Amino acid sequence: MADVALANTGAAPTRPSGWQGIAADWSSDQRAFKNVSWGKAMMWIFLLSDTFIFSCFLLSYMTVRMSTTVPWPNPSTVFALTIGGTTIPLILIAIMTFILISSSGTMAMAVNFGYRHDRVKSAALMLVTAAFGATFVGMQGFEWTKLIMEGVRPWGNPWGADQFGSSFFMITGFHGTHVTIGVIFLIIISRKVLRGDFDREARGFFTSRKGHYEIVEIMGLYWHFVDLVWVFIFAFFYLW
Amino acid sequence: MAQAAVAHVEGQQHPIKLYLVVWGWLFVLSTCSYLVDYFGLHGYLRWSLILLFMILKAGLIVAIFMHMAWERLALMYAILVPPVLVLVFVGIMVFESNYTLFTRIIFFGPGP
Repeated sequence: MADVALANTGAAPTRPSGWQGIAADWSSDQRAFKNVSWGKAMMWIFLLSDTFIFSCFLLSYMTVRMSTTVPWPNPSTVFALTIGGTTIPLILIAIMTFILISSSGTMAMAVNFGYRHDRVKSAALMLVTAAFGATFVGMQGFEWTKLIMEGVRPWGNPWGADQFGSSFFMITGFHGTHVTIGVIFLIIISRKVLRGDFDREARGFFTSRKGHYEIVEIMGLYWHFVDLVWVFIFAFFYLW
Repeated sequence: MAQAAVAHVEGQQHPIKLYLVVWGWLFVLSTCSYLVDYFGLHGYLRWSLILLFMILKAGLIVAIFMHMAWERLALMYAILVPPVLVLVFVGIMVFESNYTLFTRIIFFGPGP
């Protein structure tokens, strides 16, 4: 029973809201996050730390771009693709953006079906999400290959400021790593959902804790965060 | 608040339609930010539009997809306030890079 009490986000007694709620939650004994399980709170805190990591990358990019005396390469033409004889600016990145947003949509619905204990739909939507994510990474691989063939290196490129290459590989590389890790975990968790681990409350092999559908939501938090980071990369690196 | 109380009986329960609507809006906003580049807008108009669409998209993802809108304020503020402080860091680095640019122009010749 003690285990259930810890994991259950359960119906809480009425608590004050607004500023009084913040003061009451934080000054009370034991738990600041009243109706959020430790797993979800820890994922949020991890994402907060990841936010700082990506902030530092984007900030260093901003610093090198603002301080260079050499013109910055124009991303609009660097990332243009020629399809059927017409050159469309930034089209590859636009498609990647739509793919990642779609994956976020399917993930949000997977979380919803998970809480409704609809195993098949939840797992299927997670696998669709993973497929979108894998497509995204594949397109990023294509983009990297194209740029490397054109002579972009972390220490220089044919079009302008040398710092373009290092910023590009660092930022998109780190983001792509996050997507890849997300795809791997999506597959692992969708397998657990499909197998019914969370209906039987089967214990995880690593933590030995009882499984709940909340794990799907925690996975979703991570995945939406990856999409969120891409929103900022898209705005600052590709569009600016 | 009544909705928040109900939502935590088992996790978050919202109609699928809500997610589809947000998905649609994210598509619209992404298209808009792509069109900013496609039409080659420049200067402050470009930057303000990029930032506007970025913030709207980020807000939708965090509030609806990540369910932050239904969490208690204690979690909301604990997670959302610290990233805002990054703006201070941005200010420091803007100052720093302007200085670097200035010294480069002084010692290595004219800039862009």
